[in-house]
Amino acid sequence: MATITQERSDTQSLPVTGADLVVESLVRHGVDVIFAYPGGASMPMHQALTRWKEKIRTILPRHEQGGIFAAEGYARVTGKPGCVMATSGPGALNLVTGLADAKMDSLPLIAITGQVPTGVIGTDAFQETPTVEVCRAVCKHTYLVTKATDIPRIMKEAFHIASSGRPGPVLIDIPKDIQNTIVSNPNWDEPMDLPGYSLPPSPSMDILRQVATAIRQARKPIIYCGGGVIAADAAEALREFVNKTGIPVAMTLQGLGSIPNDHYLSLKMLGMHGTVYSNYAINEADLLLAFGVRFDDRVTGKLTEFAKHGKIVHVDVDASEINKNKIAHIPVNGDVKQAIEGLIPLVEKCDLRDWYQQIDAWRESDPMTYADRDDVIVPQYVIDQLSKITGGEMIMTTGVGQHQMWAAQWTNFKHPRCWVTSGGLGSMGFGLPSAMGAVAARSDLPVVDIDGDGSFVMNIQELATVVCEKLPVKMIVLNNQHLGMVVQWEDRFYKSNRAHTYLGSIDDPEAVGAGEGKLPDVTYPDFVGLAESFGAKGRQIRRKEDVIPALEEMLAHPGPYVLDVLVPYQEHVLPMIPAGGTVRDIIKS
Amino acid sequence: MRHVLSALVQNQPGVLAQVSGMFASRGFNIESLAVGETDKPEFSRITVVVKGDDRVLEQVRKQLEKIVTVVKVQDVSRHEHVERDLVLIKIRVTPECRPELMALFQIFRARVVDVAPQELMAELSGQEKKIQAFIEAVQPYGIVEMARTGRIALIRGSKPDLVPAEEDLPADQPLVVGHSSL
Repeated sequence: MATITQERSDTQSLPVTGADLVVESLVRHGVDVIFAYPGGASMPMHQALTRWKEKIRTILPRHEQGGIFAAEGYARVTGKPGCVMATSGPGALNLVTGLADAKMDSLPLIAITGQVPTGVIGTDAFQETPTVEVCRAVCKHTYLVTKATDIPRIMKEAFHIASSGRPGPVLIDIPKDIQNTIVSNPNWDEPMDLPGYSLPPSPSMDILRQVATAIRQARKPIIYCGGGVIAADAAEALREFVNKTGIPVAMTLQGLGSIPNDHYLSLKMLGMHGTVYSNYAINEADLLLAFGVRFDDRVTGKLTEFAKHGKIVHVDVDASEINKNKIAHIPVNGDVKQAIEGLIPLVEKCDLRDWYQQIDAWRESDPMTYADRDDVIVPQYVIDQLSKITGGEMIMTTGVGQHQMWAAQWTNFKHPRCWVTSGGLGSMGFGLPSAMGAVAARSDLPVVDIDGDGSFVMNIQELATVVCEKLPVKMIVLNNQHLGMVVQWEDRFYKSNRAHTYLGSIDDPEAVGAGEGKLPDVTYPDFVGLAESFGAKGRQIRRKEDVIPALEEMLAHPGPYVLDVLVPYQEHVLPMIPAGGTVRDIIKS
Repeated sequence: MRHVLSALVQNQPGVLAQVSGMFASRGFNIESLAVGETDKPEFSRITVVVKGDDRVLEQVRKQLEKIVTVVKVQDVSRHEHVERDLVLIKIRVTPECRPELMALFQIFRARVVDVAPQELMAELSGQEKKIQAFIEAVQPYGIVEMARTGRIALIRGSKPDLVPAEEDLPADQPLVVGHSSL
């Protein structure tokens, strides 16, 4: 303990305050990066952060939402809790979307907010909001600290809750007077007081044997795996299980990377924009091994029709996910990694020749394709080429919309924790800041943000962060001057009536869908000029032959780089199962 | 199906808000909710009456258990149990109807707790049906005001309290984690 205290740089003579305890707790929990935007009510903690700068890098985002998305990016690629700090009132409220996002996608997050001093709480003081009240429903747990001496215990509990079981965001709201309270003898060994928080026991041998029997009897088994596999660091175990049994795998958006996309048994992504063959296979399967998934509507479509021919084995660490949307025939409440590792010795190679034949026939009749063009750059081509150039060895982040789905469809995912996307909440503006968090966590792989021109603008202020904090994020903007996914739905379900989905001037005929639909000569905004004004490199391309050289130039560039790629807005993400639909409703063209 | 759930929770600010917020955000309907301290100052008990099929109940229960400050949840109505509700009721009274009303109180074993020139306040505890019958019986005299506690319930017999005993805790999951093990 004493050694840690000595590592505090300078100001040794200053007494230890609540703010120091917060920061020292972070250090003790192995935090090396925090995204923190200061304000009146959090200044003491920022002052404390300067005293620990050798241990914790404090990155200043340009908006609290950018900070929390960055912390999510950090959490996804490392598996460790991402940390973010904001001041009271508006600062704290700007975290709300990120908290909800982390809750939906089960990312471990520690969010620390300053609060007005205890004495004025409830008086509508300057920058006061009831942060805990606002955030409770979108957090795994929340704290309002009332005593500085509680800080070591609360921080310990917060890290434990955020990172164990089903990970999630924990918010700690700390009034300014508590931050300034001098604590002469902090008790670092006070035990946690969590009588209501327990983790499920390891799956029993009995239930695992039932699963193994179901596998032995199955003729058309399939694994449906999701973010739970990534969160539990179970990808390696899953690969061993898959290689041993030969059971094909369909992955959810968050499960991508669980097994390599180019593995023969990978059916890639399933669901609304998943491959036709994965959705057919799920529909025909007689055994569905659901590992770390929550039967989300974007995966299942019409619930009653989803996997209705199969027996369902549902393994999840969160008991409330089991039987929530779909009844499990064999429910396994427990850690996914433990469950898969427990199953491996109980299973053997399945004879699935007929099943493979059927799947191969679907692969052949309905492969993943896109209509490539030579006159313009189609967005799928850009991602396809990026994936080929990098060999899939990169960390990819995205915003939300068409570009996100194309990225999910056309990237050759190789490893877990290299794919960072806002799935459950679908938060636009996620790409750039989460890439910033990923880069801060890992410098060994290129970090590429695939973005849309709508999403990119939503947190574009973070260009300043990536430049000033020297975070070499590569940004590819698939720029179609529209909100592409909404346009696609307008085309499919609203007779192409353009309702506020054009991102240029309202005077432009395209704003009401009356344009010629050609690539514009001048795009809005000028992303290259924007990038340059922030100090990043920028380049716009609109010809197919420029794609590969531009991608190579971008990847070779040492700093942040914005590659603005002009693409037609008429392109749709396919295949597509309309919301609430079934495999019979797949739109293939 | 009507279910009575009994949740032992940590006695901390915000716990009730968290529990009721969960019910609201998940769209579960609460019929009755009562909160009170237990014999241990660090715990309170929340008794909730909810209606729904087994599937809904399973979700309610799991979602309750998921709340960090909720220690244990029991579906009391699945066991032999005692259920009570308390009502305080102020009734308009005239000299003529006073004896009649007093007779009614006796039948229901209600107690008069306050007397005013034109009003009587009575207290009655019992099962929901009895309370309901009593309210209907005094209705014609004119109810001035009424307050109810909501259902509370306990399982019959020598069942231990809902506080988890040491041996119930999973052995490989110590509740106490020192910094040395982090």
